[in-house]
Amino acid sequence: MNCNAKHIVETIAKVIFFICAAVAIVAVLCITGYMFTKGTPALAKVGVIDLLFGTAWQPTAQTPSYGIFYIILTSIVGTAVAILVGVPIALLTAVFITEIANKKLAAIVQPAVELLAAIPSVIYGLLGMMILNPVMFKLERIVFRGSTTHQFTGGSNLLSAIIVLAIMILPTVINISVSSIRAVPDHLKSASLALGATHIQTIFKVMIPAARSGIMTGVVLGIGRALGEAMAINMVAGGSVNIPLPFNSVRFLTTQLVSEMSYAEGLHREVLFTVGLVLFIFIMIINLILAQVEKKGAVEK
Amino acid sequence: MTEQNSIRVKKKHPADAVMYVAIYFCAAISVALLLGIIIYVLVKGVRSVSWEFLTSVTSVLKGTTGIAGNIVNTLYIIIITMLIATPVGVGAAVYLNEYAKPGKLVSIIEFTTETLSGIPSIIFGLFGMMFFGQTLHLSYSILTGSFTLVLMVLPLITRNTQEALKTVPDSYRSGAIGLGAGKWHMIRTILLPSAMPGIITGVILAVGRIVGESAALLFTAGSSGMLPKGFSDILNKATQSGGTLTIQLYLSATKGEFATAFGIALVLLLIVLGINFLTKALAKKFDVNKR
Repeated sequence: MNCNAKHIVETIAKVIFFICAAVAIVAVLCITGYMFTKGTPALAKVGVIDLLFGTAWQPTAQTPSYGIFYIILTSIVGTAVAILVGVPIALLTAVFITEIANKKLAAIVQPAVELLAAIPSVIYGLLGMMILNPVMFKLERIVFRGSTTHQFTGGSNLLSAIIVLAIMILPTVINISVSSIRAVPDHLKSASLALGATHIQTIFKVMIPAARSGIMTGVVLGIGRALGEAMAINMVAGGSVNIPLPFNSVRFLTTQLVSEMSYAEGLHREVLFTVGLVLFIFIMIINLILAQVEKKGAVEK
Repeated sequence: MTEQNSIRVKKKHPADAVMYVAIYFCAAISVALLLGIIIYVLVKGVRSVSWEFLTSVTSVLKGTTGIAGNIVNTLYIIIITMLIATPVGVGAAVYLNEYAKPGKLVSIIEFTTETLSGIPSIIFGLFGMMFFGQTLHLSYSILTGSFTLVLMVLPLITRNTQEALKTVPDSYRSGAIGLGAGKWHMIRTILLPSAMPGIITGVILAVGRIVGESAALLFTAGSSGMLPKGFSDILNKATQSGGTLTIQLYLSATKGEFATAFGIALVLLLIVLGINFLTKALAKKFDVNKR
């Protein structure tokens, strides 16, 4: 009898723990399902080509047009440039923390980087508005002096957004690069130094190549972070759909959702769900690449 | 060979010098950014933060500007989210670590957990608005926001608990089983207490994530900044719209009320820094226990 009761308790415990673990599966399935069922109707109504490759975004005009091509392009260009700017800085900082700095300096820089990751994105946005945008406006007035065709944005432009994004991906890339450079076996470093290579040569020709799969993981995570960032860049990137040029006011996939979801209705709202779907598909691709990179890294080890 | 004759000393490497400068410069950028952010927010925000700012509600009638309502909303969301996410996240970690045998199912669960942590908060916000807000008719409410955030912080708690469970020596498990304890008994009395520091670290990290979250809450929890109207309203509050500190910061900044925005930014920054030091301290304690 006692034995039986114990058995029942054990089974119940196991089932409950399993249900907890299954929540993640159910959540991902639900999110995927919802994104697709809500995001696809507009594709059929507007037309796949017109929607995805149309360049005119006039959802509230008499004859509305819903082209989101520039929005997609802005997200891609913005993320790519932010990665190009941010990753070298992040990598060199990681090198500093692991190889160059003495213990004391590393103990200052590394926590500082971790704190950067903890700062809420609205604070980045607020500071971008207050510090970056005025600087950009000055720059804009110098670059476009006498121009009659340029629409002045007051500094809310793609360039501001890229700088904010580049800063926001720093902690992600730095932290993962630091742990992967630390994981490089000591004998590789010693062998290189013993062959007469300088410390710098050893770092860049031996250690970083050996840590590359870890660093790639960091870069891919950084891409995901930059693609998905919404609030900070919504505050600095301006508010109109434009071709992504440095001094244009632009909309990203994410900022399009943040700024129009609150008032959109009907087909306009459905198109916004499609914007969400496009973002979701991008993120899923990034996730799959991440899984591949990690698998490759595990095999190499 | 003496030092002077060494080929290493003689050869100059100008490229190395350039790299050293670049490395120092980049490291300086990161530190300067953090210091710059903290100092700027401190200087700009310190004038707005006062006792009245923290304890009153913004009201045109009384002429007050305050964030008490937003602080209460943030607390509500933290508490409700963690009450759900902690048991589920810990349970998932226990299943993955103690029950599941390596195989397809485990790799699917781990992949989906990974995927959840990679989904940007704006997508969570969109899903939360559609599913909890519309399908479940919770509309804009603290509950909608909390349920959405549960999905978001779940991976954080699961992963931290898993890490902690992995560091519990196997001898503890075999010892308990050998003495005749059931698996559930062993988990309850041996594993979870041993893994507690890791679990707490996960919980604190999750709270930090919730405090800083904005995009997932904009379309789920709404933006009202009111306090509960009376004792009976305390439970009802969860079904009403409630904007957190971050949402209020965003709204104030886009409305051009920068004094309020910087006041909130300062409060947020202090909370986030506090949470960071707390996790650091805990991690240190955790380390000592292990050695």
